[in-house]
Amino acid sequence: MLRRILRLPSPGGFSGLIVFALAAALFLGLGPVGLQAQQGGNVPGAAPGYNYEFWRAVRNGVQGNVSIPDKKAGVLVQSEGDNWRAVRNGPVSVIGGWALLGIIILLALFFLLRGRIRIDRGRGKRKITRFNALERGAHWLTAVSFLVLAFSGLNILYGRYVLKPLLGPELFASLSLLGKYLHIYLSFAFMTGLVLIFILWVKDNFPNRHDLEWIAEGGGLFTKGSHPPARKFNFGQKIIFWAVVLGGISISLSGLSLMFPFELPMFAKTFAVLNMLGLSLPSELSPVVEMQLAQIWHAIVALILIVIMIAHIYIGSIGMEGAFDAMGSGEVDENWAKEHHSVWVSEMKKKGAAKMKKAPAE
Amino acid sequence: MARMKFLCDADRCIECNACVTACKNENEVPWGINRRRVVTINDGKPGERSISVACMHCSDAPCIAVCPVDTIYNTEEGIVLHSKDLCIGCGYCFYSCPFGAPQFPQVGNFGTRGKMDKCTFCAGGPENNNSDVEFKKYGRNRMAEGKLPLCAEMCSTKALLAGDGDVVSNIYRERVVMRGFGAGAWGWGRAYQGQGS
Repeated sequence: MLRRILRLPSPGGFSGLIVFALAAALFLGLGPVGLQAQQGGNVPGAAPGYNYEFWRAVRNGVQGNVSIPDKKAGVLVQSEGDNWRAVRNGPVSVIGGWALLGIIILLALFFLLRGRIRIDRGRGKRKITRFNALERGAHWLTAVSFLVLAFSGLNILYGRYVLKPLLGPELFASLSLLGKYLHIYLSFAFMTGLVLIFILWVKDNFPNRHDLEWIAEGGGLFTKGSHPPARKFNFGQKIIFWAVVLGGISISLSGLSLMFPFELPMFAKTFAVLNMLGLSLPSELSPVVEMQLAQIWHAIVALILIVIMIAHIYIGSIGMEGAFDAMGSGEVDENWAKEHHSVWVSEMKKKGAAKMKKAPAE
Repeated sequence: MARMKFLCDADRCIECNACVTACKNENEVPWGINRRRVVTINDGKPGERSISVACMHCSDAPCIAVCPVDTIYNTEEGIVLHSKDLCIGCGYCFYSCPFGAPQFPQVGNFGTRGKMDKCTFCAGGPENNNSDVEFKKYGRNRMAEGKLPLCAEMCSTKALLAGDGDVVSNIYRERVVMRGFGAGAWGWGRAYQGQGS
């Protein structure tokens, strides 16, 4: 599998986050491949009368006329496809794969060293309502649709190397087709969930002074018994929230652009805005380059979000005792709440709105 | 085994679009799909040139490299074919193709793409040669009948050549030598990179 990926031309090594820069730079048409068009082959390339300027323009994607309705077809050669292929099959696949593997290894190490984060004072007698049904509904709408989108998306990037050898080409293709439809339809569930969680939680996700304390103590993640104060959401949760909201908006927009091919080009306009900030990105892009950029951006943001979500799922389930109840029943243990969201608990008490319930008798 | 190639002589093509029509008719290509097209550059101006273009059946085909379900493959003769049974209509082959060959009938909800369609070098698909199923999905399999693609066979000025790459390039070379000028084998550097002859 890796051999297949690595065999393909990689435009600039695999180091870190230069993918973004690469994706932008390569699509400026600086890629190495398009320039060799008239070399090679077994025929005379430059007989007398050969018009270099003309054929160079053709290689660089000059638009001609066609008598068919699709005027885009007037472009004889688009060389940007080679760059798209190199970036997708190269750095995006390779770095993405290592990032996915990396976060899993990191979390496994964390679990081995730190173990499950327990409630220090043990479970209390009472429970506090942390998330109501609407909040939990919004969370799970986003979460379940995200999982389906993530798996069907990863299948498009890695399925041919991982699943195809296991399932055989026919079953794998049928599954991928089903995945494509799910990916398209469930994107609307994801976008609905995204809007809901933004409306419900944005007020609790602005930075405040407790965040500094949280950062200073590393969130209490690495020290037993360390519990920095927090309101409804601590700094780590705020990062998750803004990553999901901003990443979610970005991935939704690029996804819509891919879903309605050539109808919603967004990159030329985005680049034009970025150029006002002093960048010099191309503000005129051909329709197919718009699609290539949308796909690459969609894949990069998706991989980043998936990596973040793996960590989120870990800490919300096996990583921390009592954390899952918040999104499960919505009722969290009072001692858990006091340890992890002390300010929030006292605020709830002050307001008198803290609906304390007796835990059911054993 | 011969390596099949297309060559369009830009000094001969007169933009008659017979190749486009021949292809559509022979293969009963669906509405809205043009496996072959003629592009005219500097239309109506001095230095006007026309080129007939379809899938060039590349040696290191970008579409094969990016297809998420490995539906596209190379035959022994270097022809790039695909299976419409496996295709999921993701459009990646179109993004990668330098020549704009892959096309998609819009069939699903929200105009989602159907199965990809492109030039087969008149060589059908993975089904049994000249079966009904093969014809319906991919069009005529002239290669199995020992014939070359109809677009080139019907070209009125013999601008479009198709067949064994060595034979095609010899014909073109003789032509250039005889007439003393030539625009070169358009697209060959990109599609064949000097390999696979």
